[in-house]
Amino acid sequence: MTALTALRRKDLLAIADLSPEEISLILDTAEAMKEVGERPIKKVPALRGKTVVNLFYEPSTRTRTSFEIAEKRLSADTLNIAVASSSVVKGETLADTALNLEAMNPDMIVLRHSSSGACHLLSRICKSAIVNAGDGMHEHPTQALLDAFTIRERKKKLKGLKVAIIGDLLHSRVLRSNIQLLTKMGSEVWVCGPPTLMPAGIAQFGVQATSVIDEAIADADVVMLLRIQLERMEGAYFPSLREYFSVFGMTEARLKQAKSDVIIMHPGPMNRGVEIASEVADGPYSVILDQVANGVAVRMAVLYLLAGGANDEAAA
Amino acid sequence: MPTVMDADRIGRTLTRISHEIVERNRGVEDLVLIGIRTRGDHLARRLARSLRDIAGHDIPTGALDITLYRDDLMRQAVGPRAIVRKTEIPFSIDGRKILLVDDVLYSGRTIRAALDALIDFGRPKNIQLIVLVDRGHRELPIKADYVGKNLPTSLEESVQVYLEESDGRDEVVLQQGGAA
Amino acid sequence: MKRLLKGGRVVDPVNGIDGVHDILIDGDRIVRVGRDLPVDGAQVVEIPKGLVICPGLIDMHVHLREPGQEHKETVATGTGSAVAGGFTAVACMPNTEPVNDNANVTAYILARAAEANLARVYPIGAVSRGSRGELLADIADLRRAGCVAITDDGHPVATALLLRRAMEYAGMFDMPVVEHCEDQTLKGDGVAHEGFHAASLGLRGIPGACEALGAERGILMSELTGSAFHVAHMSARASLRAVRNGKAAGIRVTCEVAPHHFTLTDEALGTPIPYDTNTKMNPPLREAADRDAMLSGIADGTVDVIATDHAPHHYDEKNVEFDRAPFGIVGLETAVPLALDRLVHAGVIRLPRLVELLSVNPARILRIPGGTLSEGAPADITILAPDLKVAIDAAALRSRSKNTPFNGWELRGGVAATIVGGRTVYVNSQVGLNL
Repeated sequence: MTALTALRRKDLLAIADLSPEEISLILDTAEAMKEVGERPIKKVPALRGKTVVNLFYEPSTRTRTSFEIAEKRLSADTLNIAVASSSVVKGETLADTALNLEAMNPDMIVLRHSSSGACHLLSRICKSAIVNAGDGMHEHPTQALLDAFTIRERKKKLKGLKVAIIGDLLHSRVLRSNIQLLTKMGSEVWVCGPPTLMPAGIAQFGVQATSVIDEAIADADVVMLLRIQLERMEGAYFPSLREYFSVFGMTEARLKQAKSDVIIMHPGPMNRGVEIASEVADGPYSVILDQVANGVAVRMAVLYLLAGGANDEAAA
Repeated sequence: MPTVMDADRIGRTLTRISHEIVERNRGVEDLVLIGIRTRGDHLARRLARSLRDIAGHDIPTGALDITLYRDDLMRQAVGPRAIVRKTEIPFSIDGRKILLVDDVLYSGRTIRAALDALIDFGRPKNIQLIVLVDRGHRELPIKADYVGKNLPTSLEESVQVYLEESDGRDEVVLQQGGAA
Repeated sequence: MKRLLKGGRVVDPVNGIDGVHDILIDGDRIVRVGRDLPVDGAQVVEIPKGLVICPGLIDMHVHLREPGQEHKETVATGTGSAVAGGFTAVACMPNTEPVNDNANVTAYILARAAEANLARVYPIGAVSRGSRGELLADIADLRRAGCVAITDDGHPVATALLLRRAMEYAGMFDMPVVEHCEDQTLKGDGVAHEGFHAASLGLRGIPGACEALGAERGILMSELTGSAFHVAHMSARASLRAVRNGKAAGIRVTCEVAPHHFTLTDEALGTPIPYDTNTKMNPPLREAADRDAMLSGIADGTVDVIATDHAPHHYDEKNVEFDRAPFGIVGLETAVPLALDRLVHAGVIRLPRLVELLSVNPARILRIPGGTLSEGAPADITILAPDLKVAIDAAALRSRSKNTPFNGWELRGGVAATIVGGRTVYVNSQVGLNL
């Protein structure tokens, strides 16, 4: 068997579509990309002459910046389009926007959108490669890839690790992508949150679900916290932020039940004192800033591999 | 599949090149070795050992992956692509004399890419090229400074270098068919 | 003019007929049904072997969109779609623009239906003015203008009190209240059935309990008022249980199931086309246990009617993000192939029971003519071709809208011809029938 050397697909829409071999290829490639970011001249000509459009329907400084740096380090020409969600209602449809962009023949479109499956719609319309930068509550594949990269960097493996993911499971695209990726790579995934924030049919996701946080953390190699969306949560899904923190907040005391070399992750932006105590966020176990740094390398890998993958698919 | 070089021949050739390096550079001062992945880096490390034996000095040695600098990166429609591997140059190349090492010199495009990559790491004093085999058919104005063996080939032939570190044996083979 | 349909298998459950009979039509009426009827000057139509003659099919849940949303469908295109699907009559929902909450709108719809002169149209009026759930509509006026039932379809009647009053009042005319059963607080902004598939696709869920709460409420109001209550487009097994229990308790409750709810499950949300907005309807495609419950309800008689919930939407409206797309699919032209393939050929029910579901029971529930081939009845006749191979082609649908998840499906069973009031309004060119 020859080793996989390209993604045999036009788009990266979801981790659910990827094979374990493809995931490994992306992570391996990201290691080389990480080195590029450590050079004095942080730029390689790999995507010279390629046009990448960052089409963002949701504000996201972090993800957009990360993609933009990744694109620039690969020498792609980048174009940022931020569409305020208010203008979507009266403005043109996503399909029309896609057709207009397509007419300008970009090579790739990085899409962030508040509707699950928006990137699938774009993919059906566009010949350009589509990279999902987060679609509604569905997936955020590059986040899961950078999480996996960060875990692998610290733990040297993914298989067999106990990963506890805690927080708003219901609305989290980061959760869905991470479950897909980690279970494909052989990790033991535990998810934990109040029953009001537990997705239906969670058992069918191949994870252990619990609302008892001690169960989730016990002997965990990795603890990943998910953001609580303050504005719509309080009073609706749980009584108060204070109470949430008292039951599910990650404190140093709770963390003692995890393995001694546990790492703490958070996709950001963090709510200190809600899902995570500041001592934990800033503590020695935290790899939260590594995640941000690795995001660029992983996104470079994805962009690079898709740029070739489209060709492969067309010829196959 | 005629063997062009066996293990013995490869070993002697590298020793000979090491001596040439010392002679031409009047010592090993300011020299660094950078091998092009994959196999150029193995050769670079062997040369480093041999130079240490001769000059009693450790020469900084790095590995360069040129995949991201290839000129055919986005043109290639089919077939396996090279996996991007890590570049490891854990030292400054400013003002140094770089010994760039590759296994086979053919069209010269790999070397062109390597030169581009190296310029991104700094401003070396000069760059000298070392290849184990020069098989001709250059497409760019590039010439090696140290050649293990000049091997006249036809375009239909391919030259395959096998090294202990990656392939379990030392051998250079000339094959019919398949451009390598 | 007299016509003699000769030699087809006639299925007329009301008269207990299932066998080869001739049918003599005079003008717009059926005058005789029997074996080897004398020709007696009538034009003879030989019915090829394998075809089935049954009372005209009635779809009691259709959105014709006119007035107000003619870009989706009109009375003419909708009834064209109906007859092509084998339906001789449709009952149309009042959620037009303006809402059919007064006699003028009803009269307008009926006038357009008369112009089109295809399927019979029985308007269903609104329960409340503007279907806003505040004040009762002029129900007696609606009745006089031709409405056969009332509903606030599109959403449920706003409160239990209003539903009670509507049922009490409509009971005066023995008009059933047709209810879109749904607890809207529980539905929230859900767009798909709450379960594994919606969860993994990141779509907000609507649990089956949401519909069952609405069904239970209506059944209780029916018990309270003694009026007839009809559960529209039932999809959840908990609703079926509510109906089954209600019927066992002697409550006047009936229910309908749409073909997509006995055919598809929520798995269709992700495959073959992920986030296909033609898999978005309300109530949503449910999980396999619910779909199987619908099949068992159809088999055991709990389900009274198959109705399509034909909900045309323009391509542009559906070619959007899943959560922004409107609910609903067209159904008139796919109902018979799906019913024959998935129910009859699959062994769930036999043909006479299908005719009850598609013709006898809707006529009975809405108290409209039809549902039988009795002598003296209107000559509304559907001729089925149960073994015809049918390939669904969305582009070829006669409906103005093409929003179907069944595009490209190959099914066994179709419609050979549709006769309304003695007039042939549709003949399938793939069947050798000289009508």
